Order: sequence, then C-alpha cells, then structure tokens
Amino acid sequence: MDKQDGRSAGEPGAVRLDDTWYDALAPGWAEPAGAADAGAHEGEAEEPLATGGPRGSGIHPGEIYLAVHRSGAFQEVRRRYRSFVVPATLAFLVWYLAYVVAAIAAPGLMARQLVGAFNVAMAAGLGQFATTFLLAWAYMRHARLRRDRAALEIRWETQELTGGNAR
Amino acid sequence: MTGGHETLALTLVSAFIALTLAITLWAGRRRRGSAEEFYAGGRLFSPMENGFAIAGDYMSAASFLGVTGLIALFGYDGLLYSVGFLVAWLLVLFLVAELVRNCGRFTLADVVAARMRERPVRIAVGAASVTVSVLYLVAQMVGAGSLMALLLGGAGPRARTWMVIGVGALMVVYVAFGGMRATTWIQVVKAVLLLGGATALTVLVVIRFHGDLGALLNTAAERSGHGKAFLAPGLKYGGGWTARLDFLSLGLALVLGTAGLPHILSRFYTVPTARAARRSVGWSIGLIGGFYLMTVVLGFGAAAVVGSDAVRASNPAGNTAMPLLAVDLGGGAGSTGGTVLFAVVAAVAFATILAVVAGITLASSASVAHDLYASLRRPRGTVRDAQRREVAVARLAAVAVGAVAIALALLAQDLNTAFLVGLAFAVAASANVPALLYALFWRRFTTRGAVWSVYGGLVPALTLVVLSPVVSGGPESLFPHLDFAVFPLSNPGAVSIPLGFLMGWLGTLLSPEAADPARHAEAEVRALTGAGAV
Repeated sequence: MDKQDGRSAGEPGAVRLDDTWYDALAPGWAEPAGAADAGAHEGEAEEPLATGGPRGSGIHPGEIYLAVHRSGAFQEVRRRYRSFVVPATLAFLVWYLAYVVAAIAAPGLMARQLVGAFNVAMAAGLGQFATTFLLAWAYMRHARLRRDRAALEIRWETQELTGGNAR
Repeated sequence: MTGGHETLALTLVSAFIALTLAITLWAGRRRRGSAEEFYAGGRLFSPMENGFAIAGDYMSAASFLGVTGLIALFGYDGLLYSVGFLVAWLLVLFLVAELVRNCGRFTLADVVAARMRERPVRIAVGAASVTVSVLYLVAQMVGAGSLMALLLGGAGPRARTWMVIGVGALMVVYVAFGGMRATTWIQVVKAVLLLGGATALTVLVVIRFHGDLGALLNTAAERSGHGKAFLAPGLKYGGGWTARLDFLSLGLALVLGTAGLPHILSRFYTVPTARAARRSVGWSIGLIGGFYLMTVVLGFGAAAVVGSDAVRASNPAGNTAMPLLAVDLGGGAGSTGGTVLFAVVAAVAFATILAVVAGITLASSASVAHDLYASLRRPRGTVRDAQRREVAVARLAAVAVGAVAIALALLAQDLNTAFLVGLAFAVAASANVPALLYALFWRRFTTRGAVWSVYGGLVPALTLVVLSPVVSGGPESLFPHLDFAVFPLSNPGAVSIPLGFLMGWLGTLLSPEAADPARHAEAEVRALTGAGAV
C-alpha cells in the first residue's frame, strides 16, 4: 500500500516508472503542449473519480467500474470518441459504397472523360485514397488532442481503485 | 529466357531465407515458453516497427502479384481491390485497433468473450479465426506456386508442388521456433524489401512514359485490346446483374473484412498501449496507401508495356504480370537488366509470401491453442504449467495448420490469388466482424448473440462458396467436371455479411439471459481508457 500511495495520480514523475504508461505520458515530440493541456483541463473540470475513499480494497471491482462508467469524466471521453467516429465512419462508408455502386449502376457516368485518358471513375478512385489519408490524419489528431490525456487519468484513477496499479 | 535469371533469383531468395532463419534463431533463444513472448513478442515494439510489420502482414503476394495482374487484365475493375484494401483501414483505425488493444490479451476471441460466457464464444470465434487464416494461407501459397512455375520456366507441376511444400515447411519453422518476435522482424524486413522493389519498378514505369501518366493510361487502354473501356468499370464485372452484384459483394467484403483478420488484430498486442496501437495503424495506413497507389501504376504499366494478351498467355489469372513487367522494364528477355529486375521481383515476391504465411500461421496457431485448446481441455496443474502447455500446443498447431494449407493450396493452384484473398476477406467480414463490432459497441449483446453471429456468418459464407461457380460448374472451377453451383456469385459477401449481423441481432433478442450491465460498464471503461489492460 505504501508504494501505491507514493504514486498518486497527480505526480507524473511517479507514473513514468510504469513502462506501459510511459509512452502515453511523454508528450512533446509530436504535439503542441498547450493543446494537450487544454484537453486535460477540460477533463479535470468534470467531477473527480477517486477523491478520498479506500484505495484498492473493500469495494468489488464490478462496483468500481460501474461508478467510473457513470462518472462525468468517463462519459465525456466516451462522448468525444463517439462524436468523432460515428459521423466519420458513416461518411467514409457511404462515400465508398457510393463509389462501388456507381460502377455497377451508372457505368456511363463513371466512364465520362475529364482530362485526356482520365475519367470520372479514376478520379473517384484517387479521391478514395485522398479521403482515407485525410480522415486517418484527422482521427489521430482528434484522439491525441481531445481524448488521450483524459482517458489516461481515468485509467490511472480506476486502477488505483481496483488495485491494478500495484502490479 | 536463359538460366541467368534463375541463378540470380535463387541466390537472392536463399539470402532472404538465411536472413530470416538467423532472425528466428536470435529471437528463439530468448525466454522460450512464455505466452506473452510467443503470442505478443514481449509487447514492447515501437509504433513505427509495428506499423511496418502490419504493412508487411497486409501487403501480401496476392496484392503484389494478384492485384497488379487483375488491373493488367481488366483495367479499372481490378482497381477496386486497391481501393477497398486501403479504405478498410479506416474501419480498423476508428473502431477496432485501440479498443482491441485495451480489451484483449492475445487473440480476437479475447475481445469478443470479455463480457460473455467464455467457453462457447471462444470456441466459435476461435474456429472462425482458424478458417479465415487457412483460406488466406491457401491464397498466399497458390501465389508461391505460380511464381515458382514462372521462375523455373518449364519445370512443370512437380516444381510447383515442391515450392508449396517448401514454403509451408519454412513458415512452420519461423513460427514454431521464433514466435511473434521473429515473425514481427521478418515482417519489417519484408515490408522494406517490398516497398523498395515496388518503388523502383514504379519509377521505371513512370520514366518509360517520361512522367506522363495520361500517356501511360492511353497506351494501356490501347494495348489491352479494349480501348477506352479498359479505363472504365465493366470489363470483369459488367454485363449481367449477377456479375455486377459480384462486384458489390467483393467491395463489401474488402472494406469490412480487414477488421476481422486474426493476423492483423494480433499485431496490436505487440505494442504497449492503445495509443501506440493507434500510431502503428497511422504508420501502416501511410505505407499501405503508398503501396496500393503504386500497384495501380504497375498494373496499368504491365498492360501498357507487356500487353494484356502476353500477360494472359503466361498465366490466365494474371498472377505473373509483375515479373513479366520487370523483364520488359529491364530491357527484355535475355538482357542483363531484365535478368536482374526479374530476379529482384521474384525474390521480393517470395519474401512477401514467406513473411505473410508466417504471420497468418502464428495467428491461427494462437487461435487453436489459446481459444480452442484452452477452452476444451480439463484444467489441471498451476497457471504457469497451463500456459507452458498452451504454448507447446501452439507450436504443434503451427505444424498442423501448415499441413492443411499445403494440401488445399495444391488443390487450388489455378485460381487468381487476389480473388482467393477476396474470399478470405468475405469469411472474415461475415463471421468475425459482426461479433467484434457488436461486442464493442452494443450494450445488450449477449453470449447467444455472439455465438449465433459467428456461426450465422461463417456457415453461410462457406456454404455459398462451395455452391458457387468457383468450386464447380465452369471451365475455371476447382472441379470443372461437376456442377452443383446453385449460388451465382463467386464472392458470398453480399449475402453472408448481412446474415452475420442479422443472426447476432436475432440471437441477442432471443437470449434467455439479459446482458450484465456491470460487465458492460467494465468492458467499455477498459476499452476506452485502457484501465486494467495488459
């Protein structure tokens, strides 16, 4: 228990001892620190999960996860995740299916020439490549700036409660 | 062709085999017997290393040989593969990679079974994973066979048979002795070789047409014998509505299947965190996207430089378009440049096949040992003993899976490899993907729902393949003299994928027990934050 108390959630230096966490807590090489901090503060504005209370003892893990699941901080992470992936997934699936269906339902349209040998079908195919790169980049940026910090804090606090950090 | 290219190609191939065996030995002498080491390579790979390894696992010989061949023969209709193979990664990135890393330990079944009754779900998902892996393996080994036939000129069917057996034996050695650590490094080496080879050839094609891609397309259209129709949809999948539905079916299977490929999902366990898994997917999308853009240039390049008729004459399915293009780009048959380039392409393709089959064999042996064996055996001894036995079973399973794949590959030698991969994707998308997505995103999903969705996708997908023109009824079928082809489409996706989703929904509705809200809360918190992840 001593060891656990020594590594409370607020001390990043202590957290870095744990190698699986190191990666997520070492910002600065790819992201602007200010943006990451802004995300963190928004997360902190929600009600704290693990203030006081016994750590890693007494409570059934199922209860802990239910409590964490209900907490505002977790619901905020979940909302941010879903508000990006649901519309983005629908958008790319619809765009891709439209591309496939157009080839079988409107081959005339797809064969229409644009510039030289270049026709609508080839342009749409290259467009698929472009949108894939763009959406992947947007998702990775969104997750890095808007989700990672808050999710990591919840992970830490949940593991404090379940005793998972002592491992 | 002279004997020069054979000697050089065989030298390069031998060098690659020596290198990979050295990697296997080096990886195999550390910490043998731990499940963490065997299935997940110690979990400490960096996102970049894992990104290259994912790309290596995914860019199979089917893409390098099969997709370029299909584009060379059918123009635009072959391009669907290139697009579908890449777009599918968005689904993996958005909905699967991070959550799977957080929820599972070694296999796909870990994730689906997390909040269910473990045994039936594990057995179902394990069985589906092994099926998908074996289909995918067959596709790769057919590629190896046709490559060898070309490499050894008129050496005939016996050389092909020995090639398939040799590849099978090597992959068993990699997996059984090196585990995930060796497999990952082999993938990285192979990804670098494949991307290097593809880039070199692409540059040569572009130079041949003085950087004018319009001229490349026009020449390709002209030499294909189809004119402008070559660049528009319809050459392969035009005509009747059956062929058009087949196109749709393939399109669906390609975009949904990747998220259910066991050997791709198990790669996410080799990095320490979900964030690292996401970044590896970012790397791999960049690499894979670049590669498939190059396959488009190479496919049209083969049509323009070699000509569709010459490609078809060499191999009716188009699998040899790439090596033929290399010979032409180097200066034609008999020239030094042609010899060198041909040897390089053959060696790269061979490296690709070896690496991919190793990755798939590892994933399927993990499914056999960690999902099937661990669910079916009687528990005895300590946890540590059980783990050690499980890894031993996994090594044996690698041998068994290898043997089955060799036998099937010898049967299926004349099918296009990209097409076979399309089938594997269809089965993955029907059996694995509905259960995985429901388990991650549907609160009320139950054990019965999971089991029904896996079997409800797997059984129809396999049955429809057996009843399709691929197996019987046509001159290009596996059994041309029999005819029990009742189902008109060659790819079952359009029917079996919706069935998988439907059965999962139905099974959940008809469940005797409701989903446990506490276990759902736990699963969701773990998935999105990584709490309690290994």
